[in-house]
Amino acid sequence: MSILTVQNISKRFGDTEVLKDISFQLDQGRALAIIGSSGSGKTTLLRCLNFLERPNSGTISVQDQVIFDAASAAAQKESEIRRKRLHFGLVFQSFNLFPQYTALENVTLAGRLLAREQEDFKRNKKDIFAEIDRRGAQLLSQMGLADRAEHYPHQLSGGQQQRVAIARALALQPDILCFDEPTSALDPELTGEVLKVIRGLAEQQTTMIIVTHEMAFARDVADQVIFMDGGVIVEEGDARQVIDHPSQERTRQFLSRYAER
Amino acid sequence: MFITVVNALNEGFLQTLELFAVTLVGALPLGLIISFGSMSRFSPLRWLTRTVVWIIRGTPLMLQLIIIYYIPGYIMSANPWGSGGSGRFIASAVAFIINYACYFSEIFRGGIQGVPVGQQEAGLVLGMSRGQIFFRVTLLQMIKRVIPPMSNEIITLVKDTSIARIISMQELIWAGYAFLKGSHGYSGLIWPLFFTGVYYLLFVGILTLLFGYVERRLSYFR
Repeated sequence: MSILTVQNISKRFGDTEVLKDISFQLDQGRALAIIGSSGSGKTTLLRCLNFLERPNSGTISVQDQVIFDAASAAAQKESEIRRKRLHFGLVFQSFNLFPQYTALENVTLAGRLLAREQEDFKRNKKDIFAEIDRRGAQLLSQMGLADRAEHYPHQLSGGQQQRVAIARALALQPDILCFDEPTSALDPELTGEVLKVIRGLAEQQTTMIIVTHEMAFARDVADQVIFMDGGVIVEEGDARQVIDHPSQERTRQFLSRYAER
Repeated sequence: MFITVVNALNEGFLQTLELFAVTLVGALPLGLIISFGSMSRFSPLRWLTRTVVWIIRGTPLMLQLIIIYYIPGYIMSANPWGSGGSGRFIASAVAFIINYACYFSEIFRGGIQGVPVGQQEAGLVLGMSRGQIFFRVTLLQMIKRVIPPMSNEIITLVKDTSIARIISMQELIWAGYAFLKGSHGYSGLIWPLFFTGVYYLLFVGILTLLFGYVERRLSYFR
């Protein structure tokens, strides 16, 4: 069953059309890798899904519910969007952890703030916070960071910071977890630990969209691949099929540059 | 003699302290408002604000004091500031608040724009409201960023209060200088003027310790 349906998304910055009529579907429990050169629009697409950019046209549906429709102004109100973006989680290339909070606080902050909107918050405040903290600690140990919970971001390596960021995104239990080049800001020896965590999530059937330049990783971990170029989807399909036997000339050219390295 | 001088200097220092405190209380919030103006997406407001900041930072505070104290009197034929010491104090406070608010606004602008946009985006993606992001995420990072330049500016303010002497506000330097010109039965005494330096030094010393403490309190994150 398809959990995410993107239809005819377009996005312009001034006169530049960054996304042109993008449509695709993603099934529950599947991992989708988006590949393509810089400036192909893949990061913008991810930012549209997380409402950091508003598409100029098109719709986004999660579980057969339209959560964004560029044609409807009412659906674009800030308060509406705040709730709807919780369908998605986003892990940034540059981690963007909150420096003044510990690893655990980074993971639990948003959950604690959201809990305030719960009806029984005043009565059960202590229990609710204890549960959020327990879950946060559990996520950190799942990331192999149980002994880093009280560390501040600047005391952690890049790979550890990115794993905290993944735990933070998972804490709100998004339907779809998005990664924007999660290892591009890391030293080569640190990318492995982050990729391993993402691989583990894929094995647990986490629905994911991963924008990445790691072709071997995309081929092994993703079920589906989309190759983007110039704001359009050039080729999409089974990950191994597309990466090993691309059918489009442009895909072949792009992948051959990786094979040379 | 020493007791007489110290008593007179204490009185002057009290005026200095009052001007310092009133300027801070007025200029900090006004500076924040001006910084919002200088970052406004509405370009006429942005240019107006930046022009005002340019004029205020581009002319001497002494000149601004003279203009604010004397010009309204010329135009309205009566001095709006009221007569005597309190009028001089109010005029000084207005000039200092405007002047320092402009300097503060640039420091605030640097602090606000210095927080990476990714911090806000991370908050948005986690479903936080703009208010929650400001108070829980960006505010403390801004404060940490502005404290070093702010302490510099505030220390300058301590000593700049002596400029109010140009409109005869009876602050610390005025009080010291009085013994040279003749007052309290003494004249030609030069050391009370030099002695005012001790007051400034001690006060700035206390402020330096205070800022150092705040900086250390915020040094747990980067």
